[in-house]
Amino acid sequence: MGIDAGISRRGFLKGAGGAGLVIGVTLSGLGRGRVMAGEAPFAPNAFVRVSPDNLVTVVIKQFEMGQGVTTGLATLVADEMDADWSQIRTEFAPADLALYKNLFFGIQATGGSNSIANSYDQMRRAGAMARAMLVAAAAKAWNVPADSVSVSKGVLTAGARRAVFGDVASAAARLPPPDDVVLKRPDRFTLIGKHVGRLDSPAKSTGKETYTIDMDLPGLLTAVTAKPPRFGATVKSFDASDALAVKGVRHVVGIPEGVAVVAEGTWPALKGRKALRVEWDESGAERRSSDDLVAEYRLLLDKPGAVAVRRGDPPGGLAAAVKTVDAVLEFPYLAHAAMEPMNCIAWLHDGTLETWSGHQAPTMDQLNMAAAAGLPVDKVVLHTLPSGGSFGRRSTFDGDHIVEAVRVAKAVGGTAPIRLQRMREDDMRAGYYRPLYVHRVRAGVDAAGKLCGWSHRIVGQSIYSASPAAAAAMKDGVDDSSVEGAANTPYAIPNLQVDLHSPGPEVPVHVWRSVGNSHTAYAMETVMDELAGLAGRDPVEFRLALLTEQPRHAGVLRLAAEQANWGSALPDGVARGVAVHRTFNTSVAQVVELGLDDDGTIRVRRVVVAVDCGRVVNPDIVRAQMEGGVGFGLSAALLSELTLDKGAAVERNFDAFQVLRIDRMPAVEVHIVESDEAPTGVGEPGVPPVAPAIANAVAALTGTRVRRLPFARWKPGTA
Amino acid sequence: MATNINVNGASVAIEADPDTPLLWVLREHLGLKGTKYGCGISACGACTVHMDGMPVRSCVLPLEGVGTARITTIEGLESPAARAVRDAWIALDVVQCGYCQSGQIMSAIALLEGTPAPTDEDIDGAMSGNICRCATYLRIRAAIRAAAAALKA
Repeated sequence: MGIDAGISRRGFLKGAGGAGLVIGVTLSGLGRGRVMAGEAPFAPNAFVRVSPDNLVTVVIKQFEMGQGVTTGLATLVADEMDADWSQIRTEFAPADLALYKNLFFGIQATGGSNSIANSYDQMRRAGAMARAMLVAAAAKAWNVPADSVSVSKGVLTAGARRAVFGDVASAAARLPPPDDVVLKRPDRFTLIGKHVGRLDSPAKSTGKETYTIDMDLPGLLTAVTAKPPRFGATVKSFDASDALAVKGVRHVVGIPEGVAVVAEGTWPALKGRKALRVEWDESGAERRSSDDLVAEYRLLLDKPGAVAVRRGDPPGGLAAAVKTVDAVLEFPYLAHAAMEPMNCIAWLHDGTLETWSGHQAPTMDQLNMAAAAGLPVDKVVLHTLPSGGSFGRRSTFDGDHIVEAVRVAKAVGGTAPIRLQRMREDDMRAGYYRPLYVHRVRAGVDAAGKLCGWSHRIVGQSIYSASPAAAAAMKDGVDDSSVEGAANTPYAIPNLQVDLHSPGPEVPVHVWRSVGNSHTAYAMETVMDELAGLAGRDPVEFRLALLTEQPRHAGVLRLAAEQANWGSALPDGVARGVAVHRTFNTSVAQVVELGLDDDGTIRVRRVVVAVDCGRVVNPDIVRAQMEGGVGFGLSAALLSELTLDKGAAVERNFDAFQVLRIDRMPAVEVHIVESDEAPTGVGEPGVPPVAPAIANAVAALTGTRVRRLPFARWKPGTA
Repeated sequence: MATNINVNGASVAIEADPDTPLLWVLREHLGLKGTKYGCGISACGACTVHMDGMPVRSCVLPLEGVGTARITTIEGLESPAARAVRDAWIALDVVQCGYCQSGQIMSAIALLEGTPAPTDEDIDGAMSGNICRCATYLRIRAAIRAAAAALKA
């Protein structure tokens, strides 16, 4: 797999040298770590510490936004250590590229549903190394061969001798690291693949988890920023006198993003912002509305775009079709609307910048904040806290809200720590949306009922448009994240072309849970379903015929169909729809059953999910991510839409930006394929199939193909 | 001018403008951070607390509107229903990001204290004011049913 470069023994030695860094998390006295008094902990590498009081601390390099990665990574270490699960503690890693980079990305960041995939061997080796050294220490103390020492649930034994990890931790710390470690055979796993409860459930079920909004520091001030009414507008001038007169307001400062009001608490800050008078320069502002953009994008559908994939003879293939689909599909901007609005604490003191935030990409955030603070990168110390959701929002390439926090901290000129807190409206207006996209798919079946051609044009902003560094990711004018899920479709489509236009309105856009797959899956799977109908074939059989070279993908489709009793009779007014999609190397198939309420509202009753994510670390978390992915996808399919009106966001809070609530959550059944393949992710792949599966069920029920999301805009009897 | 309110069984004097929402009083004056900010317009339920046992959205309840009512937050829960809900939440691993869960739990406890054996419709009715963007709704329903069963036993 080529992923052990970062975790060779040499890497581990660096890690051992980095133990000081691990402890350094708490240098400020305010971090989450714990320095052992007296004896130093045993820190065989940068990922594991064992303290004399018998606690095992696993350092988590990936970001916890709810997906359960903290539990997953700790499980990998604990299993290889043969630790007892109750002795496991975790802490989030500091920013350190060498030690904690994502081995697939090359920077320290969480995304692409690859947290477990990139860490699987690395974390197991970290645990195995710790185990080997604890065993060696016990063997030495007992004067027995190392292979006579066994370990189970955190207890070392040899004959009648018995010790816990803490007993030998200090001795182990004095031993040389082993040359190599042997990883367990999967049949020896005690935790991997078993039911292990989430480590964060108790704190999160009692209100005790500390998020950025909860973090307290002496003298902490709260900042809220007045922002321009439209994207692309700037501050012309402002009058702070009334705002400064509000009790509790300490500073009003102009920053490139707007005007920040800094106060002794959130309510005074909000009152101060209300009293602020700002004149905006809207000369460079975006003035278009969503409808304007859709109209412009539709015109681009007639012009050839940058080619992402071309195979066979796409025009010839279409010419051979006896029945064709010609579909134009529209997808709105979408806000992430994570429950914790974006925020960051920035504290400039003693020549350093210290920050607390949900840092989804710590080393990228560090670079952005160093530039904003005018400090060398090594003077920027990040403390990563879990966040109330993210769905990609906390990984922006320019670090919008964290940079804003730094700018406010710098502008006030004092040494007080500042919490920049976006209110819900600020958060929803700030952009970094899933881009608005328009697709046109022309595809057809030949006289034999076989798919013979597929020409697919996509128009939408590139998530890389605002980032010169990320723009390097564009290949020949193609932003892969705009075409993923279409250009790399697993279907054996004989004559295929996917091309792309990436226009650039003044609206920041970014990754949104499942990224390009959030729209391409809808285009692929609704058109595929329609073609099956034109060919007079069953939708499942039609797909399977195109997946003979993709056994795992076909496997989830078969499994979902079987578990949903595909083809069996349903009550009147209920229909099924199916979709299968591969997102970041994980295949997920979903079969939905739905009906319509009397007023035409879609009522999804049941979703059967089949997922193949290779080796499963935590089956219950896989289930949870599939359930949650279905729910997140249902919001976008049925309800959510961020509309632009003359360059301004219309929906600014949950009264207008509708998301799924419990009363529309269907039953979800999750079936996980047993597999020995390398693990792949589950955070995002559950999202994309939901919307097309619903569309296909609606088509089965009503005969109508809905081409525009969300379904809230659709009324039965219309297209 | 201080305003006296009763929070988690204790009378406390608050030095804040009378229009300050209870949410910010709890979080920033009393350090009770379990109650969360999500929307500020009573649309998401993250800030749900109990006011004389009834679930209310503290983000739109001004300090001056609290009067002599007993306010209970996630930190102050001690009833059998509260324990049953908390235990069920942990046993079923309801949480994902966890940010909305204090509010979910406060709504769930209020439901069970008034309706010890809720139907799914009761649950959806009582809980539809609480948004969970991670969509942990299935487990919320299951945990409420489990808590109800535990209370009955």
